[in-house]
Amino acid sequence: MKLRDIAHSRTGDKGDISNISVIAFDEADYPLIEAHVTADRVKELFHEVVLGEVVRYEIPSIGALNFVMRQALGGGVTRSLALDAHGKCLASALLDLEMPDVARPLRAT
Amino acid sequence: MKTIRIGSGAGYSGDRIEPAVELAEKGDIQYLVFECLAERTIAIAQGAKLKDPAQGYDPLLAERMLAVLRPCHEKGIRIVTNMGAANPAAAAAKTRDIARSLGLEGLKIAAVSGDDVLETLKSGDHRIEETGEPVSAMAGSLVSANAYLGAAPIVEALKAGADIVITGRVADPALFLAPQIFEFGWSMEDWDLLGKGTVVGHLLECAGQITGGYFADPGVKDVAALARLGFPIAEVGEDGSAVITKVAGSGGAVTTATCKEQLLYEIHDPAVYFTPDVVADFSRVRFTQEGPDRVRVAGATGRPRPATLKVSVGYRDSFIGEGQISYAGPGALARGRLALEIVRERLALTGVEATELRFDLIGVDSIHGTALSTAGGQEPYEVRVRVVGRTGSLKEAQRIGNEVETLYTNGPASGGGATKSAKDVVAMLSALLPRELAKPAIAFMEA
Repeated sequence: MKLRDIAHSRTGDKGDISNISVIAFDEADYPLIEAHVTADRVKELFHEVVLGEVVRYEIPSIGALNFVMRQALGGGVTRSLALDAHGKCLASALLDLEMPDVARPLRAT
Repeated sequence: MKTIRIGSGAGYSGDRIEPAVELAEKGDIQYLVFECLAERTIAIAQGAKLKDPAQGYDPLLAERMLAVLRPCHEKGIRIVTNMGAANPAAAAAKTRDIARSLGLEGLKIAAVSGDDVLETLKSGDHRIEETGEPVSAMAGSLVSANAYLGAAPIVEALKAGADIVITGRVADPALFLAPQIFEFGWSMEDWDLLGKGTVVGHLLECAGQITGGYFADPGVKDVAALARLGFPIAEVGEDGSAVITKVAGSGGAVTTATCKEQLLYEIHDPAVYFTPDVVADFSRVRFTQEGPDRVRVAGATGRPRPATLKVSVGYRDSFIGEGQISYAGPGALARGRLALEIVRERLALTGVEATELRFDLIGVDSIHGTALSTAGGQEPYEVRVRVVGRTGSLKEAQRIGNEVETLYTNGPASGGGATKSAKDVVAMLSALLPRELAKPAIAFMEA
């Protein structure tokens, strides 16, 4: 199973810092996401893009994680040479993470 | 309990205009807010103001005001916007002229200034946050320095009866917080209510990003009628309770999922969201779907505001030159890679002075580098070569695009669609300024 099967995501930018949210479609899946989507895994996935540290914040009230990644935007949105200077595409790449296949009831929707 | 409805008419300077007209005509709103200032907008507008003292405000201000002034006037909707950019006074004068040309009378327009702290920053002992260097060391390259003002001067303008409030740099959520403070008589030290009002502002400030924009992913997250996307409305109560909704019949959707994505958009630590008015805490926010396109937001709180204001500092940084060319059909990838090798060698051979260079294959590895992109191992049908570099002069930047363009006659077979560009770069850094050093001022004029 991919993270994309159970979560959605959005990227934001401020200076040279990118943040990516990972939000469970069904809040019942939040513990699984919290256990397997770690700051280390995100740092490893984006090792070519993110040069600085990755910090994870947990927001259980909405079943979400927030990853804050430093030195992630080519020196900052306003001077980056990158095609996607804002890092808007990062969220979709994160959703490709492999997750353990656990038995789950089908979502109603 | 008293409630008001606030509409968000723009999420950035170039945003669509009809959704704002739709809000004014059918949104049953009392306030229409336009958030139009990106990080470097003011730095660029400062250049326009230097050339012409009547310029330096948002380039779409006239078009927006022409579209919404009449319906807003007829329904008594007040407008709050940061479209003043580097020149709120000129923006207010232009708005007055537009109101007169439409035959609208009795409109009171306020221009909020005082965010420009360039001289203050240059003269004092202040440091750049990102580098730790003294601001004075960059004095020669500084273009602009604007403090993020809070809600207070907007509240004051509304108290004085302004129908339209035009600001320069103001914290985005403050544009939405100010009408709540004014209408409900909230104390400027009621941190809990200011935190609740700030989360409403944060959710609305990117307009369509909470009504289904920047969200759709076919088959996984489908959104209907994005071409007619409706912009959001917050229905706020005097106790800080709030529901996010939109005009019935407009495109898009307001769901707990769209709200959750926007809550964390451009957020670092959700428990510590700094604004000039309050340190808001979003970490215990909850969303409840109360009906179609109606989501209740609850649980935001706040703590006392910081002693400093964030200042956005614009400076002349460098020049960027770029060239692109496409290859397609069998062997496109190999020809694209050959093209990159040729340009790399040419830039060295001809001595182009670049401090930073990037060699991308669009369609292959330009967005996230090679490790993520090549995992599938499939050959693309077409690739686009992109070479981009940073230089110290425009002339040097132009040489980069030229070396891509000359691939037409000197490079691999059947390269097409070459483009090139060179530009100067005004980049942004930040500083913190003791808040008493920024002195907001309000000027009024009547149409």
